[in-house]
Amino acid sequence: MKKRLKKSSKANENSRQSDRLRFSFFPGCSLKASGHENTLSLLKFCDSVNIELKELEDWNCCGSSSAHSVDRDVAEKLPMRNISLAPKGIPLMIACPSCLIRIKSMYLKIKGDETLKQEYEDLWGKPFDEDLEIIHFFEILNRVRIDDYIDRPKEKLKKLKVAPYYGCMLSMPPDLRFEKSYYGIMEKTLATLGADLISFGYGSRCCGTYLSVAKPQIAQKVVNEIISRAMEAGAECMVTACSMCHLNLEIRCSLENPIPILHFSELLSMALGAEDQKKWFPRHIVDPVPLLKKRGLLIS
Amino acid sequence: MITLDNEQDAFADEIKTRSGINFSACLHCQSCANGCPFLEGMDYAPNAVLRLIQLGLEETALKCSTIWICVGCNTCSSYCPMAIDISAVMDELRHKAIEKGIKIAEPDVLNFHNEVLNTVKKYGRTHKLEIMMRYKLKKMDLFSDMGVGLKMLKKRKLDLTPSKVQDEKAIEKIFKGK
Ligand code: SF4
Ligand code: SF4
Repeated sequence: MKKRLKKSSKANENSRQSDRLRFSFFPGCSLKASGHENTLSLLKFCDSVNIELKELEDWNCCGSSSAHSVDRDVAEKLPMRNISLAPKGIPLMIACPSCLIRIKSMYLKIKGDETLKQEYEDLWGKPFDEDLEIIHFFEILNRVRIDDYIDRPKEKLKKLKVAPYYGCMLSMPPDLRFEKSYYGIMEKTLATLGADLISFGYGSRCCGTYLSVAKPQIAQKVVNEIISRAMEAGAECMVTACSMCHLNLEIRCSLENPIPILHFSELLSMALGAEDQKKWFPRHIVDPVPLLKKRGLLIS
Repeated sequence: MITLDNEQDAFADEIKTRSGINFSACLHCQSCANGCPFLEGMDYAPNAVLRLIQLGLEETALKCSTIWICVGCNTCSSYCPMAIDISAVMDELRHKAIEKGIKIAEPDVLNFHNEVLNTVKKYGRTHKLEIMMRYKLKKMDLFSDMGVGLKMLKKRKLDLTPSKVQDEKAIEKIFKGK
């Protein structure tokens, strides 16, 4: 794409517009607040691969584990409203794995249940969209070829030793077990961009989610286990798919000199030539800048 | 298979109907227990909780810590050869324990969930700072873990003001009568 852009910028701007993929985007509470650097880098990445994201207007919390734990009715209605806000004809993209499960499970449940469909229509005053496509952010990597957007992709991440961490996103509840699996997407993409992938046995170990607040000792133990396994395997940093995992791995780690934890979207954007890292990295608890400088991935 | 008398079946049937999950299919192979990252914090392994229900041990099942320590990460169900949605069963046991006013084994966890829902009811979205403050106040424990809170504030991971849904009526509708 970059090469083409050089030829005739006007003609190309038009083709860029017409090839542009459009998604509505549900950020969710985690990305919106504590994981703001995740959102910034994700928006940047999408723009650099010619994807237009429109934030779902007036979205609400998906209910997360708390609604599920204590109030079934609220746990159903919160995702329902988000579904009712999704514009017709464009896929709804969700970046938080746990919001995705909540919203997609509810969507499929309504789809298969006429009474629930009626309830949905009575509540939100609009017909249920039978064709709404709800996808995870990773699906984008199946739909665009990022190497089309950069020259010499293999040289981008300079053999940075990365341990990919998926957390619970690879574990689907039985009602979603026939959905597409995204296992391996981070490895495949980061390898394309020239990172050195480190495999370790704890890449899909749950981060502890809210036990980090309510039972910090339990969360700390799991987090330390995950990070030390990655370090033992030779990783210089870890990369996460979820903002909440990122937060837990950072705040609950009590190891000495832990490795930095990056958001997948940050590495993607950097490889695609983003320049606004200054806004992301100060928000990290373990500063990734020294490592990235050492690897020649950051200049100043 | 152990056959149970009717009294024992009543509780199992109720949980089965309410959760829509047929946990009688459980083989007690323990794949779930082996996969659960939080097993150590639980008093009964996940499959043992299913067994408590099967045996009609209602009180023990509703009083156990497992149902509150379980975070619903689905690791167990994705390992389960019978595709049993264990976390949905845990949800149901929690609801039932709350309804029956049973003594909650892990009150901090319930307190946290309630504070999360409080902010969602107020703003339509969660507000972490308020959740943490109110959670800590209720626990009468403002100062433990302060380091983490301060670190998060410094790194601007706790927004001071909540992000809000505009359509307040819609959120009221969702929380009607609560
Ligand atoms: S993995 Fe499934 S079948 Fe095996 S013990 Fe657990 S619930 Fe039962
Ligand atoms: S869903 Fe609950 S029981 Fe199952 S693995 Fe996760 S924490 Fe353990």
